[in-house]
Amino acid sequence: MRPRSRAQRRAADTAIRVAMVPSALIGIAVLAWILWEVIARGVGAFTPAFFTELPTPPGMEGGGLGNAILGTLLMTLLAALLGTPVGLLAGVFLAEFGPSSRIATAVRFTTNLLMGTPSIIIGIFVYSILVLPFGHFSGWAGAVALAILILPVVMRTTEDMLNLVPDELRESGLALGAPRWRVTLGIIFRAARTGLVTGVLLAVARVSGETAPLLFTALNSFYWPGSLNQPTANMTVTIFNYAMSPYSDWQEKAWGASLLITASVLVVTVLARFVIKDKGGRA
Amino acid sequence: MMRTFVRMAVALAVMAVVLTISVPVFAASSLNGAGATFPEPIYAVWMYKYNQLTGVRVDYQGIGSSGGIRQIKARTVDFGGSDAPMKGREVHEAGLIQFPMVIGGVVPICNVKGIEAGQLKFTPQLLAGVFSGEINYWDDEAITSLNPGLALPSEPITIVHRAEGSGTTWIFTNYLDKVSPSWHEKIGTGKIVPWPVGVGAKGNPGVANYVQRVNGSIGYVEYAYAVQNNLPYVTLMNQAGKYVQPGLASFQAAAASADWANADGYYIVLTDQPGDESWPIVGATFILIYAEQDDVEKAEEMLTFFDWCYEHGAEMAVEKDYVPIPKNVADMVRQTWADEILAGGAAVWK
Amino acid sequence: MKESTAAIANVATCAPRDQSRPDAVFKWLAAACALVVIVIMAGIFFELVRNSGMAFREFGFSFLTSDSWNPIAGEFGAASSIYGTLVSTGIAMIIAIPLSIIIAVYLVEVAHPKVSGLIGGAVELLAAVPSIIYGMWGLFVFAALMQTHVQPFLSRHLGALPLFQGPPMGIGVLTAGLILAFMVLPFITAITRDVLMMVPPVLKESAYGVGSTMWETVRFVSLKYGRRGIVGAVFLGFGRALGETMAVTFVIGNSHRISASLFSAGNTIASSLANEFNEASEPIYLSSLFALALVLFGITLVFQTIAHYWVARMQRLEAGDR
Repeated sequence: MRPRSRAQRRAADTAIRVAMVPSALIGIAVLAWILWEVIARGVGAFTPAFFTELPTPPGMEGGGLGNAILGTLLMTLLAALLGTPVGLLAGVFLAEFGPSSRIATAVRFTTNLLMGTPSIIIGIFVYSILVLPFGHFSGWAGAVALAILILPVVMRTTEDMLNLVPDELRESGLALGAPRWRVTLGIIFRAARTGLVTGVLLAVARVSGETAPLLFTALNSFYWPGSLNQPTANMTVTIFNYAMSPYSDWQEKAWGASLLITASVLVVTVLARFVIKDKGGRA
Repeated sequence: MMRTFVRMAVALAVMAVVLTISVPVFAASSLNGAGATFPEPIYAVWMYKYNQLTGVRVDYQGIGSSGGIRQIKARTVDFGGSDAPMKGREVHEAGLIQFPMVIGGVVPICNVKGIEAGQLKFTPQLLAGVFSGEINYWDDEAITSLNPGLALPSEPITIVHRAEGSGTTWIFTNYLDKVSPSWHEKIGTGKIVPWPVGVGAKGNPGVANYVQRVNGSIGYVEYAYAVQNNLPYVTLMNQAGKYVQPGLASFQAAAASADWANADGYYIVLTDQPGDESWPIVGATFILIYAEQDDVEKAEEMLTFFDWCYEHGAEMAVEKDYVPIPKNVADMVRQTWADEILAGGAAVWK
Repeated sequence: MKESTAAIANVATCAPRDQSRPDAVFKWLAAACALVVIVIMAGIFFELVRNSGMAFREFGFSFLTSDSWNPIAGEFGAASSIYGTLVSTGIAMIIAIPLSIIIAVYLVEVAHPKVSGLIGGAVELLAAVPSIIYGMWGLFVFAALMQTHVQPFLSRHLGALPLFQGPPMGIGVLTAGLILAFMVLPFITAITRDVLMMVPPVLKESAYGVGSTMWETVRFVSLKYGRRGIVGAVFLGFGRALGETMAVTFVIGNSHRISASLFSAGNTIASSLANEFNEASEPIYLSSLFALALVLFGITLVFQTIAHYWVARMQRLEAGDR
């Protein structure tokens, strides 16, 4: 480092401070602007019909996205049911059964890779294993694609949370003669439950806003989700189609759906953080 | 706490299982289709009305004509929609049946300050010049000399074309191919062509959306999209050398000359038709289904729906500025169904 | 803790005598679940390779270098998509990395703690906003601003560069890159802020104590201390931008041309897949799209592996330092 005078160093510091505030403001302002537009343009779409009715053909007034809302809820719920247990158990394997074994290392590395795999590739994968062989787009395929996205996130948080549980707890459980599985499910899970619930909630919230994995799997539909063996309506693909359409009525509904999905994701995220704060002491 | 958590999880699981098992019981039968966006505005109305009348769920996702052909061939849908007709031989080889549902017009739409629907006049050569990128400013001589009264801005032209395989593109480029030798040489006809300039948008809705948003843009869509969204279309010179406005009348004039009886597999192209009144870029849109059906009930249901569209859909089509298929042609199609669509060796349509 | 003790007692009292079998089952079940991840990754790789075979047999290595994407002629090359993916991600990272580090430093070192907590929380929330929202905002709000103000401004002042030539359309590679920047910004900022907050106060205080200015402290102490976390965050953001579909597809303009100008329309691998995958009607076309997916998969794998080893190496070096 070149020696510099005190004045120079002061000047550099002041320059950085002066430059910092506007840059920070610009970045934050853009983000606030995005949220503002979603709220301002979306709130007008919220009528009772928006939540309860089926979409109408373009040019026909009224209608809603009830089917898409239900479809997204169903597929997300199913994805959570498919992905969470597997993710929890896999996390147990990583944390409890030889965390530094070669298999665990390989699994951990692969989990990171899967987490970083673009979601559209997951969609293509599920298309080629579930849509093409069975001959139809389906809600199941959509749920499986979302479950694949949930899985690695739940695995990693489970492992992290279980690692926070003090070894004394494990040892005292085992010392009392309890089998490993009871110790894990009854004691360790219980001790780490806040973190686990948070991790699952965050993972589920994140995938509920995914579009790309559903484009080639669930597709979309104009009707109520009848059977999950059929193309299934969902909010994100509907947003994509409606936002890309020229109909002002559809565009407004797309903003409405965006607001709904953003608000739900944010509420779940806040809830999850609130859970951590509230129970943090005991976890 | 753990127990409540487990109990909640179990309750959720049971709920989900019950939901997924029980919904199919209530679900009416459903038919799935996908393909062209060109007829989507009218298909959407037909499906909506038909569902209200009969409870049958016909689902049609506008993913583009290429998509319609692809998904029917992959058998992931019950019927495909396409506005780029397949040649009769091709249809038979794939084991498919192709029949027309409705006729519509493709119109160039633009977004130029101060220009309203029908004001801008284009000759076929000018249209080809603009879409091939040779004419790239709105105040180019070639445009101003045809439109002396209009104040055209000195702004660059942005072409909006389709991003995916599209029957609308096929009809549009088929027309340009016919009227412009240089287009024929450099670009040609296709559901998707190597556009020299411009931005791509998904589906007819996407093109209309982009033209709406980008100043100085020009694109091409089915007429219903232009009218429903107040997008200014242009006036075109037809084969007879007359400037015509798009609309039901000029589409009908162009469709009048169609010789359906002698079209193998109903392959018919309606671009650049003769007649003083004819809009030059008109096309039919088609449904593709397999000649050999696995499920008799589903096949019957599907044909009943199409039959209903021919029988009762004409008025709704006219309302949306589509030209309905003439009665005699619909009868020909019904005959084709009766002759060629089989399930387990027996005719489905009687 | 009391509850846990009770749980231990509870578990212990009903412990069965023979416990080796259920335990073995439990262990194998957990192992099977862990292996699901490897099966999925292998499955993705296998399906992509299997389905893209036709394209690679037909075009060979030139699939990667050719910029021709002509479904009529049946000629396909990935160059324009790879180019668009890298350029849009590059623009995003050039903007997002410094900006998010500056915002994080501002929040941790300069801002009032209340302001910092509030904005920091908001930034974390924004990182959870679905990407389709960014895309939609880009098309409806930001593209118009780009067309009427930003692009004319750039071509007026920097028009000599080929990067900023051509008609201002509002839609194009530059817009897509900026939207991606906005998308990864909260993400990198949130992690960087966490990392900077974990710098031990004693370290910072000793820097201030020897007379360092705020900037010097941040530069030579905080950023150095937290560099592993920050590099990790940057790589994560980079990976997100590379494979992002929705934020890009709305605004990039979907054209398979390589153009020097950032104003012109382009495509990324993900946006081409979103637009064309359901629609490709010829087998060779579909196979080429699978090949594109394989290329994207490969790029993300390579970058993640590099990131993994880089961070691991930094960890080793740091361990050596102390």
